[in-house]
Amino acid sequence: MPEYSWPPMDKRRVIGKRISRLDGIAKASGRAKYSSDTNLPNMLYGVLLTCPHAHATVKSIDTSAAEKSPGVKAVRVIAPAGTEIQWAGWEVAAVAAETEQQARDAVRKIKVEYEVLPHVVREEKLEQVGTRAKPSGERETGDPDAAFKEADAVSEGHYGIPVLAHCCLEPHGQVIAWDGKKLQYWPSTQNVSGIAADLGRALEFPAAQITVEMDHIGGGFGSKFNADRWGVECAHLSRAAGGRPVKLYLDRATEVTIAGVRPSAFAKIKIAGKKDGTITAWESESWASGGIAGGGLPPIPYVFAAPRTGIPNQRLKHMAVSLNTAPQRAWRAPNNQQACFLTCAAIEDLADKLNMDPLDVYLKNVDKTARPETYASQLKKAAELAEWKKLWRPRKEAKGTLRRGLGIGINTWGGAGHQSTCLTKIHPDGTVEVELGSQDLGSGTRTVIAQVAAETLGLPVDAIKVKIGRNSYPNSGASGGSTTVGGVSSSTRKAAVNALEKLFAVVAPALGVPAEQLEAADGRIQVKGNPAKAMPWKAACQKLGVNSISADGENIPKVAPKEGLNSQGASGVQIADVTVDVETGVVKMNRLIAVQDCGLIINPKLAESQIYGACIMSICGALMEERIMDPTTGRVLNADMEFYKLAGIKDIGEIIVHLDISPEHDQKGVIGLGEPPAVGGIAAIANAVANAVGVRVPMVPLTPYRVLSALQRRMA
Amino acid sequence: MSSKRDPESQTRPKGGFSRRSLLKTIGVGSGAVGLLEQDIQAQTGAANVAGPGEVPVTLTINNKPVKVNVEPRVTLLDTLRDKLDMTGAKRVCDRGTCGACTVIIDGKAMYSCTVLAIDAQGRKIETIEGLSSGSRPHPMVKAFVDNDAQQCGYCTPGFVMAAVSFVRRNPKPTEQQVNEGLGGNLCRCGTYMGIRKAVLQAAKEMGGRNA
Repeated sequence: MPEYSWPPMDKRRVIGKRISRLDGIAKASGRAKYSSDTNLPNMLYGVLLTCPHAHATVKSIDTSAAEKSPGVKAVRVIAPAGTEIQWAGWEVAAVAAETEQQARDAVRKIKVEYEVLPHVVREEKLEQVGTRAKPSGERETGDPDAAFKEADAVSEGHYGIPVLAHCCLEPHGQVIAWDGKKLQYWPSTQNVSGIAADLGRALEFPAAQITVEMDHIGGGFGSKFNADRWGVECAHLSRAAGGRPVKLYLDRATEVTIAGVRPSAFAKIKIAGKKDGTITAWESESWASGGIAGGGLPPIPYVFAAPRTGIPNQRLKHMAVSLNTAPQRAWRAPNNQQACFLTCAAIEDLADKLNMDPLDVYLKNVDKTARPETYASQLKKAAELAEWKKLWRPRKEAKGTLRRGLGIGINTWGGAGHQSTCLTKIHPDGTVEVELGSQDLGSGTRTVIAQVAAETLGLPVDAIKVKIGRNSYPNSGASGGSTTVGGVSSSTRKAAVNALEKLFAVVAPALGVPAEQLEAADGRIQVKGNPAKAMPWKAACQKLGVNSISADGENIPKVAPKEGLNSQGASGVQIADVTVDVETGVVKMNRLIAVQDCGLIINPKLAESQIYGACIMSICGALMEERIMDPTTGRVLNADMEFYKLAGIKDIGEIIVHLDISPEHDQKGVIGLGEPPAVGGIAAIANAVANAVGVRVPMVPLTPYRVLSALQRRMA
Repeated sequence: MSSKRDPESQTRPKGGFSRRSLLKTIGVGSGAVGLLEQDIQAQTGAANVAGPGEVPVTLTINNKPVKVNVEPRVTLLDTLRDKLDMTGAKRVCDRGTCGACTVIIDGKAMYSCTVLAIDAQGRKIETIEGLSSGSRPHPMVKAFVDNDAQQCGYCTPGFVMAAVSFVRRNPKPTEQQVNEGLGGNLCRCGTYMGIRKAVLQAAKEMGGRNA
């Protein structure tokens, strides 16, 4: 079997280098075409009519006026009379017209009668949701009652983290042309290889007759895996309009309302410890909602719950709360942000009860994690970068108007590589094409693929033509779970090695050695250990005559760990440094420090960008972002970008990233990085604010109102 | 907390977006519409009424006159994207909040989702498509790439235009001025660290020239 393993760290020429992303110029100069930028001859514009009520039955729907409206080419009823609507924003009808304005005019002419039904849209007060809360899991290990009795300190707290909207800048949507025989599909998707099957299933149309094209995607964050109802309806509109292409993208209000949310999590937590900081017991009653189906139990207690060695005495009860709000979707590390916030907040509150530095409490308990040594060294590194020992003060010493505080959040994630097949072609003119049905979400997938192929073939990065974003290319997994870089790097490595073997076989006679003695390096095929005996890449490829080489490589998740190309298990620690104005309640970010490992790093520049981005998303989640439901109308109150708040460039302070690049981590192969650094920041910031003001602000985001309310309650 | 809380603070440099300057812009816009209505009232006949159907409009985009038929209610952004296939400016919030649609009008960065195409006539419109000449990327574009100031890239063209306008007015900005001056644009992937560095790098390369 050929040798696929990564070259040793000190032998790498392209992998591990800070190369700028290959599609950078195209994107920054506005030339990159996203599917929402598609303009086709004869294209129509689709617009949805959505339901304004959170819970209702459609009594009647009349589209006759819309059908006669100028420019209209197709009208679809999505929710016919009798449909029970479960959330505001539910798709009711759709129109395609010559211009978007005409489509909007027509949608306004659709008459729908609803019978409005009672709704529940807020879950933060469990006692107010009635029968909407259903038991959803209980667990007990050890003897929690005895452990709480014997403990030196017990901390009890109430914590909450709300629903967030993905709010992708490129809204969900697509362009579709479907004439009944073939279907052309330009989606905005994290799932280029798989989305045709999803659409085909809904249309009862063979996926093999669906062509998918997507060069760029304007954000997904876990919300863009499926064709969705708007995709299916867009296809029907196209077909009804005689196969003319239809472009249908959600407007911002609809995007924020129905195109993906992260579930909430609330908990009453009791946690106990010994004088030396050892955590001995955990008890929690939690509840969560991500829409009509409720919300699952986050993995609490987080990190400090490794099998056998974790917190020994635990009792957990969870309730899932069904709300009349649009369903949750996967979010960058599903349920991990919630679990991290609940756990790390409770741990730092316990540290305060024990009169201990929380850093020491975390260090004392690393034996309860899956990777004690890694977490210990990362805690120490993060503390060093944050100047923790110099700057940290106990909560009881909080005083003055502007108060500085530090806090910690800890993350863990799986990662590894998804199923991926790569096809590498070497042409007689020396050009190289690498094809995968993958997608670049902005994480730099294109660049990573090119680096791996270039490294393997001994070529510069710009000699590799990376072709992704088509379902006609070999199947590569959806981008979820931080598995893309692991998957595509491994399949690309294997395909390039396989292609190279074929080239060696052709070139070997000319160099007068067996093929096994050849290597590719510095743009040449040469005899191992004897660079003088070599042939330039182009000359070697000319030996192919008229036949190109094609070779594929496959990453199979079950086999991958044995090959050493990728594996699971990333760890990281984040420390936040904030200043809180206790007169205004405004939290200012000073610094967010992120120490992260993720195995072998193919491009540190892009990897750091991922961590910066994850940190900034954490700042948004800790201080600003929250989907706010109106209990009276049942609608989202802030379904726009003015009041659905994201951090701007001046809100983020300094971000300091430390990537653990070492032989110890490198030997694990590629792990994946999209998710882990997005986990700990919210907890770190919330803990820093508690440390600064001397009291726990129980619910994030830490708005001025909530900070001031917490301070007021303490004084009362 | 948000960048828009205190847009008119003393440290705010010239050329950045602010809530107040946006409102002023809208004020000017509605003033212009008011005048138009007076003109129409003063004259008889419907010939001078704009709309409701499409009307011919001439725009000056990247120093070239461009003729296009649009309904009077259509924004400059939708005209660029849907009618002229100039898709660098993106439609994200569509309500003058996020800056993804930023173009430069008469030397000033503006949200093209808040400008009607008919109101943009007679004004000098610069879009991202006109920024780089030939195969040479504009220094701001290059700086965004060098500093990896983008991920998904959907906010990026708007950011680049806002940054170019900002640097033209603030040739030697400090980091704090960059933070204030680019407070009118939002990114979801979190690329602000790279953007700060990119704007400072480009400012040096643009060297105070009206690049």
